[in-house]
Amino acid sequence: MLASARTLFTDRRSTLRRLLRNPGAVVGLVLLSLLLLAALLLPPLLGSPLEQNLGVRLSPPSAAHLLGTDQLGRDVLSRVANGARLSLGLGFTVMLTSLVIGLVVGLLAGLLGGWWDEALMRLTDIFLAFPGLILAMAISAALGPSLLNVMIAVALVSWPTYARLIRAQVLSLREREFIDAARALGAAQGRVALRHLLPNSVAPLLVQASFDVGSAILTAAGLGFIGFGAQPPTPEWGAMVSETRNYISQAPWASSTPALAILATVLAFNLIGDGLRDVLDPRGR
Amino acid sequence: MVEGGGQLLLIYILRRLALMVFVLWGVTLAAFVISHVVPADPAAAALGNNAREEQLQDFRVKNGLDKPQVVQYAVYMGKLFHGDLGVSLRTQAPIAADLRQFFPATLELTLVAVVFAVLIGLPLGLIAALRHNRAPDLLARIFALVGGATPVYWLAILALNVFHERLGWLPGPGRIDAYSLAPPVRTGLVTVDALLAHDPEVFVDALRHLVLPGLVLGAFSAALLTRMTRSAMLEVLGQDYIRTARAKGLPGGRVVWKHALRNASLPILTVLGSLFGSLLTGAVLTETIFSWPGIGGYATSSAVSLDFPAVMGVTLVAGLAYSLVNLLVDLLYVGFDPRVSYA
Repeated sequence: MLASARTLFTDRRSTLRRLLRNPGAVVGLVLLSLLLLAALLLPPLLGSPLEQNLGVRLSPPSAAHLLGTDQLGRDVLSRVANGARLSLGLGFTVMLTSLVIGLVVGLLAGLLGGWWDEALMRLTDIFLAFPGLILAMAISAALGPSLLNVMIAVALVSWPTYARLIRAQVLSLREREFIDAARALGAAQGRVALRHLLPNSVAPLLVQASFDVGSAILTAAGLGFIGFGAQPPTPEWGAMVSETRNYISQAPWASSTPALAILATVLAFNLIGDGLRDVLDPRGR
Repeated sequence: MVEGGGQLLLIYILRRLALMVFVLWGVTLAAFVISHVVPADPAAAALGNNAREEQLQDFRVKNGLDKPQVVQYAVYMGKLFHGDLGVSLRTQAPIAADLRQFFPATLELTLVAVVFAVLIGLPLGLIAALRHNRAPDLLARIFALVGGATPVYWLAILALNVFHERLGWLPGPGRIDAYSLAPPVRTGLVTVDALLAHDPEVFVDALRHLVLPGLVLGAFSAALLTRMTRSAMLEVLGQDYIRTARAKGLPGGRVVWKHALRNASLPILTVLGSLFGSLLTGAVLTETIFSWPGIGGYATSSAVSLDFPAVMGVTLVAGLAYSLVNLLVDLLYVGFDPRVSYA
């Protein structure tokens, strides 16, 4: 027991060390750290993201407004930094929600097998065939456009990938000797799932989860852009690009800054996901 | 043997089609449940806030919204079996007719996007794999990473600003020039209709209008395809049989085309298939910016006005397209890779 705990610990340390030797992953981690720092530290230092000052509308970057101002004279940096809080929070929440739903469905399908497996996998097929953005639009429209409803909508269309992934893992693992041994020792189904199957499926889940945070942020910002997400004046990145799109010639910084923030965030998670895959599953490259 | 294999393949296709019908039924049920459990009033959305209660009630009765939800679903499915998708609450036109009107525009745009994605992604991924860890590989990887992370709507805004407004190289939003006379609708694809009407001017105009939205919509797919082609090719190029082919003295081009690319085609095909789903999502955003009269814009307007029958129609068509493309990809596997057999 102690030996296995030590192995797990050393494994984690060596995974991290290998991840830090992967140049792409390092760039991703640095980008993500900068974004997290900006989200945590900048909002209290800068003025309110909602404060308007029409006297300085569409001003280029200056000492007073490091990334310029938008069409209502609001500070772009303050809005983007506050938007980072929303987007990162949303990305992680959606990922965790869909991960939990997918885990439950995938574990049940893989462990119970037979009719349950068939039924749960067909349910997964149905949600995979669903056009995600259209479903999300319908849900947001019906429940009223808000960030929470966007999260519900995006999580609802994101879980099938996890369900399939975990089911495949369970199917390949459940015939292995250590699972047989656990069962022979009298471990119940739930214990086998939580103590043995789940920890051994972490690698592919971690890779998928990393990509999914970025993808959820991209989808949610897309919904924000077409007006189904957070509503103005909330400093949500997609909505900010939409609000300032008509000023792209006069003030390219106003719409490009939130767009570049989305790009940097998604890029960071994709780079980390790539790095994790290289380290955890070299065949998947 | 071949005949037996053919029969088994037929059984496989029939099984897949049966499964597809089941999945599509599930899509209607899920869409129905989701759109009917939400506390929204389509009647109020269609008639506006100033409508009187009698008007709202009339609307509900006329569109069957006053009946219990189980009955509403049964009525919907009964009509669906006869190919009737119902009537749009917003346009008051049959949804099938609406979809027929808007779908070709999206199809034309999507096809162009796929062509761009293949023209850009495939060679870029190939070059990256063949020049592994050198400058072309690095550039291709940067393209794949940035392309996959760029918000499509921002790319659309930038492309319009630079290539239309500033440089004037390409036309702006819309399918043809405002002063052009649209060709008579036969297929709904303006380029094809222009050719059928022997109108080369409109054909060129329509083609020019397709470039920017097609490129923007295809950029994400091109990035994904670059990435998949590169990794599939790298995997194959490291195999023993490639080394053997080279050792036998086969010319490099032949090794790449005949041996490597053919074996790398499965993952590439899979990505191409899955791209169709993401293209429709991208189409919603791209069509908004390019004022493209396609299914994306129709879906957006329908969702805003809580026109659930219309949203369900779009969902069903999108689900059907997704399922058909996936079936096609699975069948193409057999053609591309003799090791794959459904027999």
